[in-house]
Amino acid sequence: MPDLSVRLGSLHLSNPFVAASGCFGYGVEYADTVDLASLGGVAVKGLFLEPREGHPPPRIVETPAGMLNAIGLQGVGVRAFVADQLPELRRLGATVIVNICGSTLTEYTEVARVLSDAEGVGALELNISCPNIREGGIEFGCSLTGTYDVVSEVRKVTTLPIIPKLTPNVTDVASFARAAEEAGADAVSLVNTFLAMAIDVETRRPKLSNIVGGLSGPAIRPIAVRMVWECHRAVKIPIFGMGGIATVDDAVEFIIAGATAVQVGTANFVDPFIWAKLITGLEAYLDRHGLERVTDLVGRLDLPEGPEEAEENDA
Amino acid sequence: MLFDVRAEVVANIRLSDDYNVLGLAAPEIAHAARPGQFVMVKTAAGLDPMLRRPFSIFEILKDTHGRASGISLLNKRVGVGTALLFDVEPGARLACLGPLGRPFAPVDPPVQAWMVAGGVGLAPFVTLAETLKERKTPTRLFYGARSAADLYYVELFEELGVDVVLTTEDGSRGEAGRVTLPLERELADVPADTPVTVYGCGPTPMMRAVADLGRDSGRPVFVSLEQVMGCGMGGCYSCVVKIRNGPDGHFVRSCLDGPVFDASTLLWDTLSTGH
Repeated sequence: MPDLSVRLGSLHLSNPFVAASGCFGYGVEYADTVDLASLGGVAVKGLFLEPREGHPPPRIVETPAGMLNAIGLQGVGVRAFVADQLPELRRLGATVIVNICGSTLTEYTEVARVLSDAEGVGALELNISCPNIREGGIEFGCSLTGTYDVVSEVRKVTTLPIIPKLTPNVTDVASFARAAEEAGADAVSLVNTFLAMAIDVETRRPKLSNIVGGLSGPAIRPIAVRMVWECHRAVKIPIFGMGGIATVDDAVEFIIAGATAVQVGTANFVDPFIWAKLITGLEAYLDRHGLERVTDLVGRLDLPEGPEEAEENDA
Repeated sequence: MLFDVRAEVVANIRLSDDYNVLGLAAPEIAHAARPGQFVMVKTAAGLDPMLRRPFSIFEILKDTHGRASGISLLNKRVGVGTALLFDVEPGARLACLGPLGRPFAPVDPPVQAWMVAGGVGLAPFVTLAETLKERKTPTRLFYGARSAADLYYVELFEELGVDVVLTTEDGSRGEAGRVTLPLERELADVPADTPVTVYGCGPTPMMRAVADLGRDSGRPVFVSLEQVMGCGMGGCYSCVVKIRNGPDGHFVRSCLDGPVFDASTLLWDTLSTGH
């Protein structure tokens, strides 16, 4: 049996498959369906200091091989999460990654402090990339200094692994991965959703109440794979890859591109039983390729011409 | 208990150019389902469409030994997914996840159950009527559609002992006008000491009108809402509806807290009126 365990800084995962934030509620919703301990981890829905109501519906719209969402980070707030859901996740044996949000730097550090004082948090994923809210978040994620500042400020208040979640809505995502690394991040996760829009041509109205939303699903996968590959070449810290993973081959593609672990989001909406299929599928893949450890596959892209020439061709 | 069944299509009965009833072999779901619950159906393999669609469980199908063998769905062709389900051929297999959601709470005698259905909103009431019959609860169905040709399964309800009141907008069968007309009149006529619980399902404006009539006559109303859903399991937070809570209300997920809601708890102004 191949070894599926991976490490991202001090975060240990029994396998590389993590439920993506915003796509798995707080995890407890799935406790009757999925053995949460069998997942590599659960990245819970983004949390601010206080509860948030989010945007009015319609909050999602389906597009070819994907969907747009503009939920608006509805959430219970970090203290309610620590009191209500976190103990249940611990009891169920889940490895918990908490996605944290802030309108200000101070809010990020406050949320991080609350979670650092709690029992059972495996890592903090810093949401600096939600495309659907005006204040905070993306303002940090679209600026190199903003990214650096959030990571370095949170670094000062916690010893938990810090994983900033990067936005793809920038020209050079690798420079943001570097800023995060320099600021003391243990890993980076990417990609969040692509800012996008859909219009009802009969009514000429936007299909989402928020007008714009984030595109996820297999439609974005090739772009996400390219971005993971770019970041893998740019930083030494491990990468959480995501963006449209729906099969084990999709996951393997991200791992080969440089992801140490992957997150699965939209595909879980279609198949809540996907996790066991991904785990057994990855074992079969590794066996078929004579690999004893999944870590032997990370970043093992075979480039006949070398990356430099590929870049020249690109230009 | 939740099941994801690769259900064989055992029947596709076309009721009109827009409506069909789809029979699915899904014994696990059929055994576990309760009135008002729903399933998430993958209308086609592959990625377009990608997401499943929510459907009320219409009937529990039985085999020749009387055992629950599957479910049927009342489908109305309105979009890509529902068009695929209109056209699907028997023998095809569809991934069907369920049963999901909070069911109706059926009332017992002497309380009367009044069901109010508009169009495809008839879907959750067959199983509710069967449960009410087992409980010997006096049951009525107020059922409205555009015209006589759009009224389905009336005989089934009559065989279950349901007192059926029909309306059509064009007056081609039953009373002319909206289904809320006879409901309003009957609510006014029934003695105040006769307890009545109202169950509604249909277009949002209809359900709102039913909710208002219930409120004005002091009768509890439960509605089954149909929201755009991503997952049906509480993961995506897309199917939210706003309930009364503090000054601004609070969004709850209709897949987990619904689809059946006490109508008096909903902030109707915030509910979208269509897809």
